[in-house]
Amino acid sequence: MSEYAAVARGVTKRFGQTLALDDVGIEIRAGESHALVGRNGAGKSTLVSVLTGMQVPDAGEVSFFGEPAPPVADRAAWRRHVACVYQKSTVVPELSVAENLFINRQDLGGGLISWRKLRREASSLLETYDVAVSPDELVSALTVEQRQLVEIARALSIGSRFVILDEPTAQLDGPAIERLFDRLRSLQDKGVTFLFISHHLQEVYEVCQTVTVYRDARHVVTAPVAEMSKPGLIEAMTGEAGGLNVPGGDDRPSSGEEVLRVSSLSGEHFSDVSLLVTRGEVIGLAGSASSGKHEFAETVYGLRRPSLGTISVDGSAVRGGDVPAALKAGIGCVPRDRHQQGLVLDLSIAENATMSTAGSFVWPSAQRSAGRAAIAAYDVKAAGPDQPVSDLSGGNQQKVVMARALAGDPSVLVLINPTAGVDVKSKESLLGVVDAQARRGKAAIVVSDELDDLRVCDRVLVLFHGRVVREFDRGWRDQDLIAAIEGIAGEMDAGQ
Amino acid sequence: MTKAMTPPVRTPPPPAKQRFRLARYQDLALVPVILILLVIGAVLSPIFLTPANLIAVLTQQSELSLLVLGQAMILIVGRMDLSLESTVGLAPALAVALIIPASAGGLDVGLAAWLALPLCLLIGVVVGGVNGFLILKVGLSGFMVTLGMLTLLRGLQLAITEGKSLIDVPESFLYLGSTTWLGLPAAVWICVVCYAVGIFVLKYLRAGRSLYAIGGNSEAARAAGIRVDRVVWTVLVIGSVLAVVAGILMTGRLGSVAATQGEGMIFQVFAAAVIGGISLQGGKGTLFGALSGVLMLGLVEQILRLQGVSGFYIQASYGAVIILALVVTRFATGQKQE
Ligand SMILES: Nc1ncnc2c1ncn2[C@@H]1O[C@H](COP(=O)(O)OP(=O)(O)OP(=O)(O)O)[C@@H](O)[C@H]1O
Ligand SMILES: [Mg+2]
Repeated sequence: MSEYAAVARGVTKRFGQTLALDDVGIEIRAGESHALVGRNGAGKSTLVSVLTGMQVPDAGEVSFFGEPAPPVADRAAWRRHVACVYQKSTVVPELSVAENLFINRQDLGGGLISWRKLRREASSLLETYDVAVSPDELVSALTVEQRQLVEIARALSIGSRFVILDEPTAQLDGPAIERLFDRLRSLQDKGVTFLFISHHLQEVYEVCQTVTVYRDARHVVTAPVAEMSKPGLIEAMTGEAGGLNVPGGDDRPSSGEEVLRVSSLSGEHFSDVSLLVTRGEVIGLAGSASSGKHEFAETVYGLRRPSLGTISVDGSAVRGGDVPAALKAGIGCVPRDRHQQGLVLDLSIAENATMSTAGSFVWPSAQRSAGRAAIAAYDVKAAGPDQPVSDLSGGNQQKVVMARALAGDPSVLVLINPTAGVDVKSKESLLGVVDAQARRGKAAIVVSDELDDLRVCDRVLVLFHGRVVREFDRGWRDQDLIAAIEGIAGEMDAGQ
Repeated sequence: MTKAMTPPVRTPPPPAKQRFRLARYQDLALVPVILILLVIGAVLSPIFLTPANLIAVLTQQSELSLLVLGQAMILIVGRMDLSLESTVGLAPALAVALIIPASAGGLDVGLAAWLALPLCLLIGVVVGGVNGFLILKVGLSGFMVTLGMLTLLRGLQLAITEGKSLIDVPESFLYLGSTTWLGLPAAVWICVVCYAVGIFVLKYLRAGRSLYAIGGNSEAARAAGIRVDRVVWTVLVIGSVLAVVAGILMTGRLGSVAATQGEGMIFQVFAAAVIGGISLQGGKGTLFGALSGVLMLGLVEQILRLQGVSGFYIQASYGAVIILALVVTRFATGQKQE
């Protein structure tokens, strides 16, 4: 057996005119957790699809444990070598957990499906990997975290000892990330090898031993994590010296002029939340996945209907549950999930970016130049404004969603996980955009699990079980905020 | 094990023209096929390229093309309407029956003859509106609702006419079905105008673009501020109204409403749309593409007809032709059909 769980050499992959991978390689030692980092569009997900046999490279070769990779058509063989939790889920939502675990081998080798046996096997598999879900549950009812665990358990049960995780933490909240990491470490102790992709560099330091950096479709460096400082890593990713500079906005001028007023708003998963945002103010909303913060933000934008309470912008009431009314009142939104709500993947960048703002007449040339402007303003890595959004890398898609939210120059921004899947450098520039909007007198609500996103805020409200339980002014300490999010904070003081 | 690092090279921004150019002209993919068919037709039959023959092809396809126009929009918005073919028969039959006396097979209601056209169009609005209500407001399966409507409307027509053809057709229908304007049949002009408007709206109006957004991802369309239900409902109504117009033209051309008017057309409608590059999953395709699908089918049919493929074989050969056309388009456009 070879010392390497997976090796790729000289891999080149082209999509039309875009060179996604340019003669790159990677060597992943058996038993290590190997991080792959790089800016949006650097080619990470493309490498993953080559390593999992989903895409055939134009040149180059892949081997697992010293054996050359199986032919592309032999999916079963690939699945024995390597498993992957993709950015998008690959489980079948309307089937039970048990069936998903044994998908396409439901008969367990017997020819006829015995549902009792299937269920038993599934329970014992879930038990082995310590996944606390019932085998009868429909996958569509699971949380993102549980779904990922089911995918990992399935991967390991097929016999693969090499697992790729493409941005697994992008949609998880803090505690869930910790639980995932504990699990990774214990699996690693049992000899499982991981390739881990993330834009959160601290996670790389937390769970990985080796890191590989790609930039602009090329391999830049592979080194032990211990030998790479964070600024060094960022430099390798961006090609520019200098660390990161998330705008704090301490010096943002404040004004007393009210823009958004939310009065005792109640709805699904939250109740009686009131909020007053003034011009130039950025408010953060923190809380666990079940805290109701997403639902609250979606209600403000009209995606959900409130059961009680009112929303008004600049003093005039906005009809609840009516997105066009919210847009008209001057509310712009980055929705929670870019694939589900943010983008129409088959349409072009230009069309997506102008979707909420187009006038009655749409002139393709004007649309194209608006698209070009968005590409430049948000640093989207794309071939041009006519490129379908489906061709973009995950982080670049997110930037298009941001462009759309800001296209109509709204006076209130509702940003839900605005930097999900965005690389460090772009995160800095997107948060810079939020800061700049605030300085122009706009109000913003940032709903996020990431402390970096919340740093740009003037105040952070913490929701717990649908109610605001704490409010932090600037200068909060990480651990205090995290404790409040997890509901540990003893005193439920200073409601609002 | 720090490895030698490749020097950081910035790849020049790719010119990225070729692929997108091609994508932009995807709608023209069928044009060469149509040209080839014209050549084949000309070789096989000396009269093929005469104006009379070509006009005949256009006239024959005009009714189908209106149905395809409606269906294409409905498919783009991510739905389907199977009941269009029954609407083609029911709307004229019901309108005529409300006008003519019982002795001529009518309902003896005796409405004024000038009401025939508005009444017909109103029936289209009602049928599309009811379909939309059941699908969008009640939340029923669109496939099943329109399949049910297909049977219901056909049955209604049979009940009203007792299975007979209505031959006492209003003047207005006959005029539209037979007159020519500037040398071309009125039916062809109506199609040209409808398609021109449709193509313009779907390309240059925000309302038209919203069809693609809804068909591509209705959740995202909603989050972008598009009133999804309203747009879908409107499209369903427009589809039914276009089917009614097709029915009027057919009635006028044939001089009667047969009990089976429109029967079996839905297959050709879907075939032309898919051949023309409309995706059955929604969100993809253009009306120009759909129109070229119609023309392609029409030319093939006419070639067969001129070759004298006879009676019992003609139906089988149409089926075969459609499948063949699907195969040809699959390779001519290089795109998988969905
Ligand atoms: N199917 C495709 N067609 C055309 N271009 C593509 C396709 N898939 C990827 N690309 C391009 O290849 C490049 C690399 O994309 P990839 O998804 O590998 O980036 P990534 O490193 O995973 O980025 P992110 O961190 O944003 O997920 C991008 O410029 C992207 O636009
Ligand atoms: Mg990616």
